[in-house]
Amino acid sequence: MHHGRYRFIIGFLLPGIVIYAIFVISPFAQAFHYSLTDWTGISPEFEYVGLQNFERLLDDSLFHTALKNNLLLLVFVPFATILLALVYAFLLNVGGGRGSAGIRGIRGNGFYKLAFFMPQVLSVPVIAVIWAVILDPRPTGLANSVLGWFGLDRLGWLADPNLALWCVIWVLVWGSVGFYLVLFNAAMSSIPRDIFEAAALDGAGRYVTFIRVTVPLLWDTIQTSWVYLAILALDAYALVQVMTVGPGGPDNSTQVIALQIAQNGFNFGRAGYASAMGVVLFFLTMLIAAAMLRATRRERIEY
Amino acid sequence: MSVTEQREQRKRQEQRDRRTTSTGRGGDTGINVLSHVVLLGWAVMVMVPFIWALVASTKTSREIFSEPWSLPETPQWDNFSSAWDKGVGDYLLNSIIVVTGGVLLTMLLGSMIAYVLARYPFRGNRAIYYLFAAGMMFPVFLAIVPLFFVVQGLGMLSTYHGLILVYVAYSLPFTVFFMHAFFRTLPTEIAEAAVVDGCSHTGVFFRVMVPMAKPGLLSIGIFNVLGQWNQFVLPVFLSPEKPVLAQGIANLLASQRYEGDWGALFAALTIAMVPVVVVYLVFYRQVQAGLTSGTLK
Repeated sequence: MHHGRYRFIIGFLLPGIVIYAIFVISPFAQAFHYSLTDWTGISPEFEYVGLQNFERLLDDSLFHTALKNNLLLLVFVPFATILLALVYAFLLNVGGGRGSAGIRGIRGNGFYKLAFFMPQVLSVPVIAVIWAVILDPRPTGLANSVLGWFGLDRLGWLADPNLALWCVIWVLVWGSVGFYLVLFNAAMSSIPRDIFEAAALDGAGRYVTFIRVTVPLLWDTIQTSWVYLAILALDAYALVQVMTVGPGGPDNSTQVIALQIAQNGFNFGRAGYASAMGVVLFFLTMLIAAAMLRATRRERIEY
Repeated sequence: MSVTEQREQRKRQEQRDRRTTSTGRGGDTGINVLSHVVLLGWAVMVMVPFIWALVASTKTSREIFSEPWSLPETPQWDNFSSAWDKGVGDYLLNSIIVVTGGVLLTMLLGSMIAYVLARYPFRGNRAIYYLFAAGMMFPVFLAIVPLFFVVQGLGMLSTYHGLILVYVAYSLPFTVFFMHAFFRTLPTEIAEAAVVDGCSHTGVFFRVMVPMAKPGLLSIGIFNVLGQWNQFVLPVFLSPEKPVLAQGIANLLASQRYEGDWGALFAALTIAMVPVVVVYLVFYRQVQAGLTSGTLK
């Protein structure tokens, strides 16, 4: 019996573990290894160059531009997404008229959630193509025609180096708000009613209740959201690759690290160098996840 | 609680509600209207691009850019056939094959691993669990260059089985994590009874545990279908010769910058969008729950 038990355990684990080891663990391990070599990715030979790749990164101005853009995404995308999602969650729950200070939903609650969540189910290229055409720089582009209604001058959008990154930020936020709205809404509906009733009895109005009671109770969810959005902002490859001119342009104004990894690794024959960038991205991700979780760690409220 | 008690409680609740509304903050209707204005504004902002893309799929390239807000003079249905000729049919087929294989294999292997890790204590159990859990945090881009060479070395570039195996590998961490938590919540008595009746370990899993785990399998199944259907980064590098739909759309945009057949591009977008949107509209509660459930844990 015992013999059969182990055979069963191994039989169930092995196929999945083999696939996972070949396609996930080994490439990750190799990335660290190659980051210390001058491997081109074309010839099988390479030499160990120590930390030279990392030293080169310090002088690579294109990498610096990419890093700076990723950091801008990292600041604005999570902040704007969470803020908008919280405001909409508040309006959905508080605008409902009857109901004690913020639990019964507004009429049309289901419709709003259905609509807001929509971009989440579509692939990034689909969204990127639609926005690339909407943000056409010509005066007849959809976005420019809307500006025209208000008598405003047309903008260059994705063709304007000062504006292109903001377009990327906008599309990322636009696509993410619905997901986090639904997430916050689900978390809010699991807060017991008595807490709101107690706040109402103490004379707290809607806004005070939301800021002093609801948001602190959602803190765990907000914090997790922040980490997820940070990971999204550190990637952004698909959107930049499909939507921006170049991609990464104009004038490298939408360069991101992931794009640099792809270009160095596959187009420029610098697989070792690209791996070093990947290692930097890895530590950046870990650092940010750890920092967020630590900085926002508060006493967890159980209910 | 008896029916009368419930009714009594509801009446009390209603009185309380009325009190809160009547005692104060006369801005109720004001807030209500303002909320609807803001929420409708965002709903329009989300919906208009999609509706616009649907309409654009029946317009000529000139109409799309010169009269962005108008309906087509005559609907250009041949946009769809030219989209099909540009390879959308092949992309669609590639996506269907890879996602079907990928999701089925992910669910099978993922729930097998999750079940063993959740129910069978053995040395190394936690280590294996953490190995999978860690995979959820790693940025794919760290691995993409070596992964390309691994897949190339196995001769699996631009093949269905290569893409399926890679999809499975990158879907396993979350599937294992999710199903592990789910199997832990299921009662053990029925499985024990089945063992007493002489059922083998494998039999218990397939005949007892899998049917009991259906709700969890549904959530994670929806998650994986959407995730693999929308996958872009992995096929872009690993399957350049056999593009899946998301990748084909991106390629079509790149080529329309020269060819200028924008109507066909939007027809291709419509073909890519409509099935997903229909599934979403029918199952939206399950989809929303499936996609957000992992984050709440």
